[in-house]
Amino acid sequence: MSKPKVGFYWCASCGGCEESVVDLAEAILDVTAAVDFVFFPVAMDFKRSDVEAMADGAMAACMINGAIRSSEQRAMAKLLRRKAQILIAYGACSHQGGIPGLANLFDRQSILQTVYRDTPSTVNPGDIRPEASTRIPHGEVELPVLDEQVKSLDQVVPVDYYIPGCAPPVQLLKDALAAILTGRLPPKGSVLAPDKALCEQCPRAPSKPDNLLIDQFKRPHLERIDPEKCLLAQGFLCLGPATRGGCGWACINANMPCTGCLGPVSRTRDYGGAAMSALASLVNSNDEAQIAAMLETIVDPAGTFYRYGLPASLLFARAGANADKGGHEP
Amino acid sequence: MSSNVTLPVAKEFEPRIVAFFCNWCTYTAGDLAGAARLAYAPNMRVIRLMCSGRVDPEFVLAALRQGADGVLIGGCHPGDCHYREGNYKCLRRFQLLCKFLRQMGVEEQRVRLEWIAASEGDKVQKIANEMTAQLKLLGPLRLQITPRVNGRPRAAECPPAPTKGVAP
Amino acid sequence: MIRQIHEPSRIGVYVCHCGMNIAAKVDVEDVRAFARSLPNVVVAKTYKFMCSDPGQEMIRKDIQEHDLNRVVVASCSPLLHEHTFRRACAAAGMNPFHLQMANIREQVSWVTPDCALATRKARALIHAAVRRVADHYPLAKERVNVHPAILVVGGGIAGIHAALVLANAGKKVYLVEREPSIGGHMAQLDKTFPTLDCSACILTPRMSQIRTHPNITLWTYAEIEEVAGFAGNFKVKVRHKPRYVKEELCVGCGECVSACVFKEGRVRDEFNQGLSKRKPIYMPFPQATPNVAVIDPQSCLKIMRGKCAMKCVEACPRAAIDFEQREEHTDIEVGAIILATGYRTFDARKIPEYGYGRFPNVYTMLEVERLVNAAGPTGGDITLRDGARPQTVGIIHCVGSRDRRHHPYCSNVCCMASLKMAHLVKERTGAEVFNFYIDMRATFKGYEEFYDQVLREGVQFIRGRVAEVTDWAIRPAEKGKLVIRVEDTLVGVVRRIPVDMVVLATAMEPQEDAAAVQRKFNISCSQDGFFLERHPKLGPVSTFSDGIFLAGVCQGPKDIPASVAQAGAAAAEALCLVDKGFVEIEPNTAFIDEAACSGCRTCIPLCPFQAITRDAVKGVAVINQALCKGCGTCVAACPSGAAGQNMFTDAQIYDEIEGVLADV
Ligand SMILES: Cc1cc2nc3c(=O)[nH]c(=O)nc-3n(C[C@H](O)[C@H](O)[C@H](O)COP(=O)(O)OP(=O)(O)OC[C@H]3O[C@@H](n4cnc5c(N)ncnc54)[C@H](O)[C@@H]3O)c2cc1C
Ligand code: SF4
Ligand code: SF4
Ligand code: SF4
Ligand code: SF4
Ligand code: FES
Repeated sequence: MSKPKVGFYWCASCGGCEESVVDLAEAILDVTAAVDFVFFPVAMDFKRSDVEAMADGAMAACMINGAIRSSEQRAMAKLLRRKAQILIAYGACSHQGGIPGLANLFDRQSILQTVYRDTPSTVNPGDIRPEASTRIPHGEVELPVLDEQVKSLDQVVPVDYYIPGCAPPVQLLKDALAAILTGRLPPKGSVLAPDKALCEQCPRAPSKPDNLLIDQFKRPHLERIDPEKCLLAQGFLCLGPATRGGCGWACINANMPCTGCLGPVSRTRDYGGAAMSALASLVNSNDEAQIAAMLETIVDPAGTFYRYGLPASLLFARAGANADKGGHEP
Repeated sequence: MSSNVTLPVAKEFEPRIVAFFCNWCTYTAGDLAGAARLAYAPNMRVIRLMCSGRVDPEFVLAALRQGADGVLIGGCHPGDCHYREGNYKCLRRFQLLCKFLRQMGVEEQRVRLEWIAASEGDKVQKIANEMTAQLKLLGPLRLQITPRVNGRPRAAECPPAPTKGVAP
Repeated sequence: MIRQIHEPSRIGVYVCHCGMNIAAKVDVEDVRAFARSLPNVVVAKTYKFMCSDPGQEMIRKDIQEHDLNRVVVASCSPLLHEHTFRRACAAAGMNPFHLQMANIREQVSWVTPDCALATRKARALIHAAVRRVADHYPLAKERVNVHPAILVVGGGIAGIHAALVLANAGKKVYLVEREPSIGGHMAQLDKTFPTLDCSACILTPRMSQIRTHPNITLWTYAEIEEVAGFAGNFKVKVRHKPRYVKEELCVGCGECVSACVFKEGRVRDEFNQGLSKRKPIYMPFPQATPNVAVIDPQSCLKIMRGKCAMKCVEACPRAAIDFEQREEHTDIEVGAIILATGYRTFDARKIPEYGYGRFPNVYTMLEVERLVNAAGPTGGDITLRDGARPQTVGIIHCVGSRDRRHHPYCSNVCCMASLKMAHLVKERTGAEVFNFYIDMRATFKGYEEFYDQVLREGVQFIRGRVAEVTDWAIRPAEKGKLVIRVEDTLVGVVRRIPVDMVVLATAMEPQEDAAAVQRKFNISCSQDGFFLERHPKLGPVSTFSDGIFLAGVCQGPKDIPASVAQAGAAAAEALCLVDKGFVEIEPNTAFIDEAACSGCRTCIPLCPFQAITRDAVKGVAVINQALCKGCGTCVAACPSGAAGQNMFTDAQIYDEIEGVLADV
């Protein structure tokens, strides 16, 4: 019997997710023994035409990491969706939009202006911008078109499963692969990670007081962090209470507060909304001005509570004049 | 919505306002406004909760996503909450939410928190009128249309029953 | 623990005309047809008065005939009739909590002049209710036993009457009064309109009944520190201020007062409105109940300076004086509470043009009540500050009432009290009396007749709001007198009336600490600052907090007969609650799904009632259902969606949001 065929592709992402596959270390040998990689551009030489040549559903599973922001990524997502029986959104960007998703705080026009004109390092006297197609002596070349907004994978094609994390913890990948191989998969649409928040069994949880109210939100780069005590109890914005567990408390163990990369548990409608509700409730003041003063140290709520998931949030992107052009699929 | 009766379609922009009113003060004030026949703009639709402390910022976001042009939260005056402190919790959340909404380009006038005592029927009238007028000036909330969401349920359809950890 | 709904919804929608109250603005037939078109709606009907027996009967029948499992009633506010329709549903065998109401009267027809807009809004609200009701699941009210004792706060006539009614019905009553004696304002009055009975004569017997009644525990000089719990089971902490005299020993002989090192009174005597002075140790007033001396720590040398010959201790034959007394607390449990904290009078200095505090012979009416009283500072002589008898007296009505700068409301008793005062002054001094009024309000039994009598006695009535009281004489007849300047609106001329004495009928206003008391008892105030009744017509003695009732002027200005009537009503309501023996609690408590809770503890400090604790073994939060009052604060805060609230689940609320926003 031939081995199941598997693909792995990247869209708008940093490469950390590929790194996490490499982090499988020797276990990767078991993986390659069990499956055939038929598409893995980062590691092996495959072309898009190889995929196009496959029969629909030829791949048992395909994992896509990275958010979707360009015409090319959209096209690839659709192509791979057709070719894979199981499509998995791999990593925070694909799952929720990820860090690239914060670009939804700005419109496309101002992003291009910043990049091609305003940054101090830009030298572009002719104000040249990327064009969808350009004539060169050899003929016509095409560049992918940048979409108006960043999207998560499931905002472009139907997704079967999600492996969360920035990057996904190795254990989650191992478990997911095992599940695919044995066919013991949960209902479609599931996130392949525990459905309980990170605080559960956090090594620091015993030091979290039952009646925790917060007098001051501290910023981790400005203060000394006690390596033993619950970070929230120290005043650091640890998003562990709102974030799905399954990472093995990676940040906590590195003495940094959780920033929420695994995203919400299944019962949450809006990750940032839930996190804001929980944390703001703990502000230890009933006075309007004092509350405002205490919230002052949360300088960037969007970047704090939607760091990994603005596109998947209820608001999706900044409201504004060009709104209606928004997320229409071209 | 399917119905065999059709109503005339309004020409002017009619903002939609979702209001979350606490049962004890603000909802009662709404009843009082009614009993006193204080006419006000019909744009506000009230959802009764026991306390403003029940208002989850997610409700506000969901309302905006579902098409509300504005959201009003009404609770008892500070110190008057039927549950002592629910309105303070609401205030804390509201302030943080507002910071986020500003970043998202949602104007200040769209999401408001007002303390309205049971006796302040006139305040319900005033705020409803005021907000409607302000939103008419602002125009519709132009949220980016969310792309087709696959696999992710509508807000109201999120699984009510929690499932156990699904890690295989 | 979160309930899932399995059975498919079969919803009946009932749109009420409410006579013309709804139907005049909302096209009920349109709304009915719209409702019928919504998914899962199997019947939709309209009816003239849905809350009437035939209306309820129709719902009951439909539930059975159409096998309905959900009902939406679109009518008035759920605060009015939710229980009615719940009962109707229950009678047909449906779970009463499968009902949802859409408020299309208070929130639609009564506030939306335009019919088309009203109809559209009604559709939206009904749409939301239909969406929401599908998420309802069976619930049951919980029964909790009621503590049979009752607390009455405030020992004025209203509190006294309520306490006696309850005690006579065999209930245990705690009466807590913050002054050293009960009696309230009525004890300060001389005669009471319209029958002119002597106030003390009718009040004193009731005060002593309070003292001797086996079912009444009277705590004077005490205040309520804290109120916890809920209807049927209030836990109240009472703070007893030290009076430095042992109540159980003192017999009120007054030896101590005579013996005090102060030979003369030095301190403003509140009971006499400051018209006399008292000593640091004093009897509040002759008929004080309990008749026990009190030491005022603000003026007693022993307490202030730690040094005094302590003649009082020497003089007391019963060794009742005890400087070691300290503040004490008692915790009590009661099933119901009646608030009868009364009023204070308007500070006439706030209207400087009337000269109170500037001209010695401008008095408030309450001061003159003390002057007329035989036990008052002058032994019942109405005299000016210099001891002379006034020849002419002017009584000004509505001082601080019906005045946009102060209180827009009518204080209700001033007209009658002013008439009474006019009569008393005339009777005692023979002086010529002028009453300056805006409108004469003499509306209850015997009042108009009394007005008539006073008119016939020759009292002069001048209609107009007094502009000022001045001592600036411009005519010889005005010399040495106070001149009242007023536009006589019946004649249309400005008049100047010289008088010897001016009496100001000052407004009744909420107690200074009304807002603090309101918070302590978790009730509301109306805009004028008096405590707010549950319904102006149908719940005049109830409050929005079940089990807490109102009596007397604390709810709004009224006279003694009305205060007593209201006290009786409040007592009956309290009796009703206590005698029933149990209360049913709305099942809107919060709960936590163990399987979803991460034990993050976010919810724990947020509960105002400390209902949430952590189960250390399971590592999850747990809500004590008996303590949870259902505010939902923890539910909104839980970042795991593990906490839910019955009757207000997230799903229900989201459905309502979608429902009101849908295009209808
Ligand atoms: C000048 C004048 C003349 C009047 N003449 C007449 C008349 O002739 N006939 C008539 O029918 N009405 C008359 N009235 C009205 C009458 O005084 C009131 O209707 C009546 O006294 C109201 O009784 P009450 O028990 O509600 O309030 P109050 O008499 O004010 O009693 C309230 C009691 O509660 C106590 N209390 C307040 N706060 C607290 C607290 N927090 N804790 C514990 N105890 C508290 C107070 O010390 C007081 O003892 C007159 C009023 C005025 C001002
Ligand atoms: S708040 Fe953060 S540090 Fe504290 S217990 Fe939760 S995850 Fe651990
Ligand atoms: S602790 Fe939080 S941010 Fe860090 S890896 Fe885990 S989920 Fe991601
Ligand atoms: S807030 Fe939610 S998850 Fe956290 S302890 Fe409370 S119920 Fe559990
Ligand atoms: S709903 Fe309110 S009262 Fe009940 S447990 Fe939660 S916070 Fe406490
Ligand atoms: S009950 Fe009104 S805000 Fe809490």
